[in-house]
Amino acid sequence: MAFIELNHVFKTYKNGVSALADINLQINKGEFVFIIGESGSGKSTLNKLLYREEKVNKGNVMVGGVNVSKLKNGNVYKLRRKVGVVFQDFKLLPKLTVYENIAYPLESYGLDNKTIRERVMEAVNRVGLKEKLRSYPDQLSGGEQQRVCIARAIVNKPKLIICDEPTGDLDPKMSREIMDVIDKINTEMGSTVIMSTHDKEIVNRMKKRVVCIHRGVVVSDQEKGKYIEYEDN
Amino acid sequence: MRIIRIFTRGIRVAFKSVFRNLSLSLASISSTSITLVIVGLAILFTFNVNSITKHIEDVLTVIVFVDKNVTDEEINDLKTKINSNDNVNKETLEYRSQDYLKEQLSAKDDDLKKVFETLDTNPLQATFVFRVSDVKKIDETVKEIEQYDHVDYIKYGESLASKLVSMLEVIRNACVITVIALILVTIFLISNTIKITIFSRRHELSIMRLVGTSNTVIKLPFLFEGFIIGIIGSIIPVLLNIFGYTFFYDYVGGDLFSELIVLVNPNSIVYTTSLVLVLVGGLVGMFGSVNAVRRYLKI
Repeated sequence: MAFIELNHVFKTYKNGVSALADINLQINKGEFVFIIGESGSGKSTLNKLLYREEKVNKGNVMVGGVNVSKLKNGNVYKLRRKVGVVFQDFKLLPKLTVYENIAYPLESYGLDNKTIRERVMEAVNRVGLKEKLRSYPDQLSGGEQQRVCIARAIVNKPKLIICDEPTGDLDPKMSREIMDVIDKINTEMGSTVIMSTHDKEIVNRMKKRVVCIHRGVVVSDQEKGKYIEYEDN
Repeated sequence: MRIIRIFTRGIRVAFKSVFRNLSLSLASISSTSITLVIVGLAILFTFNVNSITKHIEDVLTVIVFVDKNVTDEEINDLKTKINSNDNVNKETLEYRSQDYLKEQLSAKDDDLKKVFETLDTNPLQATFVFRVSDVKKIDETVKEIEQYDHVDYIKYGESLASKLVSMLEVIRNACVITVIALILVTIFLISNTIKITIFSRRHELSIMRLVGTSNTVIKLPFLFEGFIIGIIGSIIPVLLNIFGYTFFYDYVGGDLFSELIVLVNPNSIVYTTSLVLVLVGGLVGMFGSVNAVRRYLKI
């Protein structure tokens, strides 16, 4: 059984916009998958279904054996502890320092200070941000803020890391650095990585599985694929 | 251990958050303070109206004038009858004989003493004096006692006093309703201010949810934060209540306009009122805050 399975998934928003239609997808443990497609194609909706920010209208979403589509609101936090999410806009808590932002999930789980410190330092070393621990998010560059976001996503050693256009706001050099960090995490930690992106250069350079979504439908799924620009015939 | 850590972390985060969101905290604190000052005033007013009513009730006595030439046995019968009336306060019932009254009056007034000496018989009438348990039923009680044998007539204070008592009772009830209404308004105002402050922190709440924090753990610091804000907000009302009321009491000398309107001694009410203010502030802050957070935790 695949680590992630989407079976006949449909998602329509309350305003009537159909975001996904009959999506079927299997992703194995430890895989690195790019989800590509133009703006509004349904990439972000697909990601949101995986960490239950959105609910499906029809179909099933299984993550690590858990039927996410049937998860009760009060239990969503249990899923999110196993999933690390990296956002385009970083979503850092502005009034907390870098250390506090990374430690936040672990503190809220009630772990002891020693374990928290060890795990935060491990995550910080992976993303290379040791000198900025006492800084606040607004004192960091975009690339640095994204590193903090990645560190927060991996601090609980999740089995799945979802990256929603993580390089969207970064310049090409910073984007490459961030991609190297994420690739390293995938290889060393064995976490499954699902990344939605627009960045042609990154997709072509990484040579990973590429799933293309167009108007809410999977139009291609290639092993070690390249960026394709799908157009209506 | 994990629960204790989450709990202590909640308190720590709450304190930090009050200072990190200082302007929002100050908005909530000042809104709490203003409403609690009004609640405090209403409580003190209610206490005083209550006390004034009680005081007037206490001084309102009924005097039953007994026929002349009544035997001791008949007086005893009358006493038993009066005593058996439900509205008569048994502890206050007192019989004053003709001789006793003559003695009392003679001791008080020399002229009267001389007048009594010139008379062969005692012109005074023996009386029964008592207070009633329920002032509202005083008319009924008096009418009933008037029917008893050997009762000549009855005097029971000024009709004005009885009207004043009924009026104060209306005021007292109005005050209780006002206090309850004000507490409800306080709850509404404080929780609305907190709602606005939480609204500006909804981004923070969504991040907490996204990183896998359970709803209970998210709510905990907000619960403590609301409590801290409520307690800080009650400081000024408590100080005003203690020192302001004591100053006013001393300034007017304990009573207003006449000896009939006696104010309550500050020592016996300011601490109770302060406790109520602290509790209202703390609890409203706590539940207002959690209630405001709850709506952002729904998916």
